[in-house]
Order: sequence, then C-alpha cells, then structure tokens
Amino acid sequence: MNNVLSFDYTVPGDDFTRAGEASSDVKHKLKKIGYNPEAIRKVAIAMYEGEINMVIHAGGGNAHVDISPDRVNMVLRDHGPGIENVELAMREGYSTAPEKVRALGFGAGMGLPNIKKYTDSMKIDTEVGKGTTLYMTVLAEHKTAR
Amino acid sequence: MTVKDVIRILDAEVVSEGDLGAEVKTACGSDMMSDVLAFVKDQSVLLTGLTNPQVVRTAEMMDMRCIIFVRGKDPGADVIALAKQKDMTVLKTNHRMFTACGLLYTNGLSGGTFSR
Ligand SMILES: Nc1ncnc2c1ncn2[C@@H]1O[C@H](COP(=O)(O)OP(=O)(O)OP(=O)(O)O)[C@@H](O)[C@H]1O
Ligand SMILES: [Mg+2]
Repeated sequence: MNNVLSFDYTVPGDDFTRAGEASSDVKHKLKKIGYNPEAIRKVAIAMYEGEINMVIHAGGGNAHVDISPDRVNMVLRDHGPGIENVELAMREGYSTAPEKVRALGFGAGMGLPNIKKYTDSMKIDTEVGKGTTLYMTVLAEHKTAR
Repeated sequence: MTVKDVIRILDAEVVSEGDLGAEVKTACGSDMMSDVLAFVKDQSVLLTGLTNPQVVRTAEMMDMRCIIFVRGKDPGADVIALAKQKDMTVLKTNHRMFTACGLLYTNGLSGGTFSR
C-alpha cells in the first residue's frame, strides 16, 4: 500500500480558458481510485486556486502531484515575478490582480487564504524576479476518521 | 426541488443538459468566483452574470450540479462545450440576479451553509 501515483502538468500561461485543467484531471483521478470525497474536495479547491494564481499572476508554470494512500502532495512551480511580501499576500482581501482579471470573477485576494484553509499544510518559496513554488499537502483522513 | 423545477420557476432555457432530475436544495448567487471558492460549502446551484469558462470550472471544483446565467446572458461556445464535457446543466434566464435568487428562495431553495 505504499505505492505513490505521480502526475506532471504544464499550466499554460497565455490561455485563461484552460486554467483549471490540471486540477480537474487530478480531481477525476482521485474520484476514480475512490479517494475520500472530503479530501478530494480540498485538493480540487486548493489546486485550482494555485493554478489560477499561476495563470493570472505568473504567466503559467508546472504542477507536480503525488497521490499516496494517506496524502496528496502538490507542488506548483512558476517562473513569474515572485511575491514581494508573502505575509501580506496571505491576507484576505490583498490582491494585485488587474481590473481585467476582476472582470472575470477573480482577484478578491481570497485564493491564498483559501488554500491555507483547505490544506493540511502549505508553504510558499518565492524570490522576486525568479518565481514562486507553492507546496501543498492534503491528508486523506482528517478529522473525518472512519 | 429538482433542476426541472428550477427551469420552470425561472422560465429558463436549457443551454447544456446534465441530469435534469437531480435534486437541488441550496444555491448561491455571485459574480465573484473567488468568493464562491472561498465561502460556498454545499450549494448545488450557482447563479451568476459572468459567462467565462472559469464559471464552469469553479462549479466543477465545488461539486455543483447546475449553473444559471442571469440577465439573459449568452455563454460562448467554449463555455457550452466545457459544460457538456462535465455533464453540467447550464440554464439561461432573462430574470436579473436579485429576481432569479428571490424566485428560487420563495419556492424553497435555501442559501445553505457557508464556511468561514
Ligand atoms: N504565483 C504567484 N506569482 C506571483 N504573485 C502571486 C502568485 N500567487 C499569488 N500572488 C500574489 O499574491 C496576491 C494574493 O493572492 P490570492 O490568490 O490570495 O489573491 P488573488 O489571486 O489576487 O485573488 P483571488 O485568489 O481571490 O482570485 C496576488 O494578488 C498576487 O499579488
Ligand atoms: Mg488567487
């Protein structure tokens, strides 16, 4: 039962329409293998928020997902502008999203706080001018012990 | 109520047909997908005035069954194609957001619980 399923995705930065394809695929894979529905929901929301961030703030990037029986690890890496002040970025309502992103229904500054809420652990490695890597983990069984 | 009841109450047009017999109990109305992702918990219907493909993706991530475009807005072919691919019911009503929400609420849909 120690087998880990690994998946890699490229998240294109020039096509907002396709943002979320990777998260959707992971969601389907987890459903297929009968993963805990509560964990699937957390993974889907957290990864989707991360994916959208890569597209709207960083010009796209890569996603690596490891699915283990007890946890899902996600690593989202981009070579965008980086985040100058992570503490500030983590605050509800803080957003640098331009008006055109807001017109699409995003840019409320809720993504990172939401990721924190839905994951069991998250970490942001970022360097201005170099890029950002977002590490997220969702445990298969959390609170909802059977 | 079922999606079929929603169609009748809102005098809606079916743009993409998913499971019309699906039971729906709760709904939320928003033009901010960020807020839907952050606050919505178990709502199964999304009413919105936005018509970009991320509306379908957001609904998918939240396990919603039905999207309703208000104010008679026409979603593009890309939105319809994505909804069909996800087996998501998409409706279009001429009612404005406030009225559409009010009609559904009066007929028994609730706002459900929100997570904070
Ligand atoms: N991958 C990234 N690269 C560069 N900056 C980022 C990245 N992710 C987040 N940020 C910065 O952090 C801010 C907060 O992100 P967060 O996801 O919380 O809000 P948002 O994306 O602006 O809006 P929302 O998520 O509500 O649509 C962003 O506005 C942006 O300045
Ligand atoms: Mg965001």
